[in-house]
Amino acid sequence: MKISDLESLGFHCLQPQFEDAELAGGYTSDLLSDVMAHLKEGQVLITIQAHKNTLAVASLSGAAAVIFCHGRTVAPDVVDAAAQEGIPLFTTPENQFNTTCTVAAAIR
Amino acid sequence: MNDVPQPLDDFSLRIRELACGLKVRDVMTSKVFAITRNCTMHEVQQIMKKNGISGVPVVDDRHVVGIISMHDIMNAFIDGHIDDPVTQHMIPDVQTLSDDVPLSFAMSAFSNYSFRRFPVVDQKNELVGIITPRNINLALIRELSRQLNEIEEGESTSGRAEEMATFHRIYPLSRYDFDHAGRASAELKKNLKARGIPAKVIRRAAIASYELEINIVAHSHGGTFTVLVDDRRVRITANDFGPGIPDVDAAMSEGFSTANDWIRSQGFGAGMGLPNVKRVSDQFDIQSGLEMGTMVKAIVYLENEE
Repeated sequence: MKISDLESLGFHCLQPQFEDAELAGGYTSDLLSDVMAHLKEGQVLITIQAHKNTLAVASLSGAAAVIFCHGRTVAPDVVDAAAQEGIPLFTTPENQFNTTCTVAAAIR
Repeated sequence: MNDVPQPLDDFSLRIRELACGLKVRDVMTSKVFAITRNCTMHEVQQIMKKNGISGVPVVDDRHVVGIISMHDIMNAFIDGHIDDPVTQHMIPDVQTLSDDVPLSFAMSAFSNYSFRRFPVVDQKNELVGIITPRNINLALIRELSRQLNEIEEGESTSGRAEEMATFHRIYPLSRYDFDHAGRASAELKKNLKARGIPAKVIRRAAIASYELEINIVAHSHGGTFTVLVDDRRVRITANDFGPGIPDVDAAMSEGFSTANDWIRSQGFGAGMGLPNVKRVSDQFDIQSGLEMGTMVKAIVYLENEE
């Protein structure tokens, strides 16, 4: 499954400037230190932490994309930071569990 | 107490960086006059006069039990107590400094306490020296001129500067400034990428760097963050102005955190920061002094087969 396929799963794309690539799985966590320790390069990050530090962590740990759950509002500076890093952002009204299930089912 | 330092300009950042590279033992006066409990105030006054000093630690079997300053002598003299034993006039519970902490800790201590001098003790808690602001000034001047010389020598042999290019940046960080935390790590990552360093190594260096940046903004009064990359390694140094970590071993254990709710709501403060840094670093060193600061040094080697 490719990053661009996330949109067809019903996730709303907030930041479309990115290079499409195959997803190497995903990682679900709201603890940024945990994300840094365990997210593997090329995975999609599923979280409710919709702020700038999440982008820093996503970028440093090589996340392919970020999905913000629970309909969290995403500030414009977060979108700007993502555009600069070339990391696509998606939002969904769903919680982390359902989001994870949807992505996992699509990857398999 | 002015425990919240002003924002640092470029020059004070450099000075701060110098102070982090030196240890208290490199700077202190090792030839130290000390007196025992049974000396009189008059005898202390004679010692001070003869040796041109203005403060003397009181020791018991090399352990510091008090300190007498010129001020105490004057008070004793005015009140007619100049022949009393020092124990009646000394300041007990003396704040000492450990000889192997960074000089930056001593600078924080001078600004956090109103003392003019600190007795310096070794690991056995025995008196080995004394440090005053004058020691610090002299040491900084000496170090500055040494570095100037190095730069001058470097300029005269600057043919191969290109391949040896080092990346050296100092960033100021203030408390709760989560917006600027991450800048150093992003620049470090970019630099390592440009050098063609393997992604795994970049990731380890970036994790160490980012966790340490977050630590400064989340837990300290603010501090400086230094990144140095040469052709061999990445060295990350995080120095803050306090408050210091009461129990470093606890802070190093996974799950331990003193973070408040706000920090936690930001996705930090799960007690994974320092253990994460240690895990990804090839060399890791932490030192902390209450009211003096914390210094964490992490080194990641660029050629790592892992």
